[in-house]
Amino acid sequence: MADRQHEDGIIAGRLSPDAYAQNFADLHPPLDEHEARVEADRCYFCYDAPCMHACPTSIDIPLFIRQIATGNPLGSAKTIFDQNILGGMCARVCPTETLCEEACVREHAEGKPVQIGRLQRYATDAAMGEGKQFYSRAAPTGRRIAVVGAGPAGLACAHRLAMHGHDVTVYEARPKAGGLNEYGIAAYKTPENFAQAEVDYVTAIGGIAVEHDKALGRDLSLSGLAAEFDAVFLAMGLGGVNALQAEGEEAEGVENAVDYIATLRQAQDMAQLSIGRRVVVIGGGMTAIDAAVQARLLGAEEVTICYRRGREHMNASEWEQDLAASKGVIIRHWLQPKRVIAEGGKVRAIEVEYTALSDGRLTGTGETLTLKADQVFKAIGQTFEPAALNGSGEGLALDRGRIKVDAEGRTSLPKVWAGGDCIAGGDDLTVSAVAQGRDAAESIHRALEE
Amino acid sequence: MADIRSNFVGIKSPNPFWLASAPPTDKAYNVERAFKEGWGGVVWKTLGEEGPPIVNVNGPRYGAIWGADRRLLGLNNIELITDRDLYLNLREIKQVKKNWPDRALVVSLMVPCEEDAWKAILPLVEETEADGIELNFGCPHGMSERGMGSAVGQVPEYVEMVVRWCKQYTRMPVITKLTPNITDVRKPARAAHAGGTDAVSLINTINSITAVDLDNFAPEPTIDGKGSHGGYCGPAVKPIALNMVAEIARDPETRGLPISGIGGVTTWRDAAEFLALGAGNVQVCTAAMTYGFKIVQEMIEGLKNWMDAKGHASLDDIIGRATPNVTDWQYLNLNYVTKAKIDQDLCIKCGRCHIACEDTSHQAITAVVDGARRFEVIEEECVGCNLCVNVCPVEGCIDMVPLSAGAVDRRTGKVVEAEYANWTMHPNNPMKVAAE
Ligand SMILES: Cc1cc2nc3c(=O)[nH]c(=O)nc-3n(C[C@H](O)[C@H](O)[C@H](O)COP(=O)(O)OP(=O)(O)OC[C@H]3O[C@@H](n4cnc5c(N)ncnc54)[C@H](O)[C@@H]3O)c2cc1C
Ligand SMILES: Cc1cc2nc3c(=O)[nH]c(=O)nc-3n(C[C@H](O)[C@H](O)[C@H](O)COP(=O)(O)O)c2cc1C
Ligand code: SF4
Ligand code: SF4
Ligand code: SF4
Repeated sequence: MADRQHEDGIIAGRLSPDAYAQNFADLHPPLDEHEARVEADRCYFCYDAPCMHACPTSIDIPLFIRQIATGNPLGSAKTIFDQNILGGMCARVCPTETLCEEACVREHAEGKPVQIGRLQRYATDAAMGEGKQFYSRAAPTGRRIAVVGAGPAGLACAHRLAMHGHDVTVYEARPKAGGLNEYGIAAYKTPENFAQAEVDYVTAIGGIAVEHDKALGRDLSLSGLAAEFDAVFLAMGLGGVNALQAEGEEAEGVENAVDYIATLRQAQDMAQLSIGRRVVVIGGGMTAIDAAVQARLLGAEEVTICYRRGREHMNASEWEQDLAASKGVIIRHWLQPKRVIAEGGKVRAIEVEYTALSDGRLTGTGETLTLKADQVFKAIGQTFEPAALNGSGEGLALDRGRIKVDAEGRTSLPKVWAGGDCIAGGDDLTVSAVAQGRDAAESIHRALEE
Repeated sequence: MADIRSNFVGIKSPNPFWLASAPPTDKAYNVERAFKEGWGGVVWKTLGEEGPPIVNVNGPRYGAIWGADRRLLGLNNIELITDRDLYLNLREIKQVKKNWPDRALVVSLMVPCEEDAWKAILPLVEETEADGIELNFGCPHGMSERGMGSAVGQVPEYVEMVVRWCKQYTRMPVITKLTPNITDVRKPARAAHAGGTDAVSLINTINSITAVDLDNFAPEPTIDGKGSHGGYCGPAVKPIALNMVAEIARDPETRGLPISGIGGVTTWRDAAEFLALGAGNVQVCTAAMTYGFKIVQEMIEGLKNWMDAKGHASLDDIIGRATPNVTDWQYLNLNYVTKAKIDQDLCIKCGRCHIACEDTSHQAITAVVDGARRFEVIEEECVGCNLCVNVCPVEGCIDMVPLSAGAVDRRTGKVVEAEYANWTMHPNNPMKVAAE
């Protein structure tokens, strides 16, 4: 079948089956044993290692790398899981270039950090590959805890609570567990259904019941949970999406990037997914990059990211921007959406306006530009939807639109903790969600022991 | 351009780099290749007496240890002397010498400790027109069980006796190769000297077990479930070899006796160090077995460049230059005080210096200064031990800076004295000799 790359409109099957397979293969193929040994040898086993401080879950990186170097990958995996039970996913999705690897002294020394993320994957793959479980449950405490949301924060919390002998029920609105690991992360970062394999690995400890299609605010209420359980952990992530505030936004072909990605992640066959010939992505974060890159990988001929500020303001790391560029995505700065131009209800183009900073405020300059587009993705940030919490008793204090918590994850309500993307002050990373889930579990455990 | 032509006990070679008696010199094919790459000389793989050839094991004969990135640091072997026919070797030696008249070709020998055996083989070697012989008193395995190799080298009287026979029955220069498997290497060196040897060469390999196969609980290399100690060589043995060379070079009884330095020579720098400690040339085995013969080109050019940079015109300008600076501990200057100093621009903040000093030495390096990660030497605690320098991954990052006379050592509170004072004069020494 001839490529359909040059056909206008939003259509499926732009590429050959081989091209899809190639495009959505593992972005960073796993290190083989030789590669892992060579890389592990580069680690200096630093004292009070800077990489470790840069890891939100504080994995003992020098130790786990040394365990790889000495031919003990299972010991290495345990070192990782001790701090981060989702170490396998984090190894794949962490922006290591702004976390551990940025802090690595060999980045400082030679501009070439030890490849911590890929080594972490090597060790965790070794353990998960043979189904090696390192933890067993403490004697049952009889305490029951409800976790809302089976994303990284919820899973990490549930695992740690189960370890301490508590019984955990996880309520998850979606049909599958994993949160954005399952529905959001770029497909090429976590191929081969790794997210579900990891959910199984984490829940194998026992004492964790996941109830699917159970949404807080629809099927459950916070006051009900608080009454029924000894503690509640809220880990619902971000449900809402910011609006473009551009005229004509409702035209056919204007979509939320996160929804599109969720569909993509659930697709059995990429050839069935429709994508535009010319795609414009509005935004400057990881979601914008992921949407743009995957649009290219699905065969879109021209993909442009429009971001309303400069390169240095983008939330997506430099590495992510370079990845997008290498996949042929054009990133344009200082442009904001003004008007979606539609014909017969379908997107044909988008008019964008140049922006500038004056006195620290971003304003349109009046100059505009029209980009041809048959598909527009909105990726200008997600928001927390507090509606689910409300209408069911006492209100939960928010802070800048998200749940307000203290350092241990305690909310304004007794018995209720929260963590992950839904809390204020986070950095919207998988690894941070894991850290917050784990730490909240410890806080809950301490509170229940009192 | 520095002149690196070498004249070792009358044996001339275009450079001081010889291949040691070992597999790289076992047959004409290898030696021809070595000479093409530029090696100055070879010591042919050890020949035994006439008769049925030596039998080697048919399983693995080498074991090793490695550093980071699997760099080979130490090699061990359980190989014996040549397992090829004596006359085949002699024919090849003669031909190679004819093909390469400007290179040194020395023949290593090991025959039973009987006068007749030596008397029989020497004329055969002479007939090849080789430049000299080397007596292998070093092989630590296999041959020693048959009363040869290190079994001879460990008994100074035997060494002297065999050397005497050789000097008696041949006009060729005699180099006596010593085993390091002995408490005091000066003893066999003195014996060889007494027997009239022209030179000594050292070290041969060191008794060793490189590893244990933990699945089969057997030493490596493992032959059908068993292992035997083998001879250790390569970069790991260089410090031992350097010391032994220096011990002989500065021993009043053997002073001036030519030494061929062997053991772990891998780069021009290693070679220069052997020469500086008193070796007249060097021999190389493991480095060639690890990287092939081409490494000699780096050695030749590196040595020349260094000599040019330092203004050394010929090998005589460097040979033995460090020997007078090798002394006994008791004569080291106790008034020489150093402090570590960290170059903050080079420091990559790995913290290894800190934890080494903190956990195992003198708590003299900070980890945090004013709330920031920073590694600084605390002079009040630093004893100047050099451990931090040795563990720092960045070369030149930590320097040991001597305090000048008159400065106060902040650790002891004492003023650094200009005078040299050693342990023999120290007040704490019960045996001290009064300083005049
Ligand atoms: C497109 C995209 C790409 C990303 N890429 C990366 C990346 O490469 N690296 C990285 O570190 N981070 C990345 N992130 C961010 C990362 O995915 C999140 O920070 C992380 O998943 C947050 O975990 P969480 O558990 O807080 O929330 P989520 O993963 O969002 O999980 C929340 C869960 O709660 C469920 N839920 C929501 N509401 C309810 C309710 N009312 N009742 C019951 N259940 C509910 C949801 O269905 C979901 O399963 C990306 C995010 C997006 C959107
Ligand atoms: C495999 C092997 C075989 C050796 N055989 C001999 C030998 O037959 N005769 C001998 O005098 N030395 C022999 N040696 C010792 C070397 O000549 C040399 O003294 C020793 O390896 C130290 O030098 P190096 O560190 O450069 O390898 C052998 C060494 C090795 C590795
Ligand atoms: S979890 Fe992420 S940040 Fe932490 S060490 Fe692993 S890859 Fe680095
Ligand atoms: S900073 Fe780099 S070298 Fe140091 S321990 Fe971490 S990974 Fe290893
Ligand atoms: S060992 Fe060297 S590089 Fe590392 S902190 Fe110390 S001085 Fe700096």
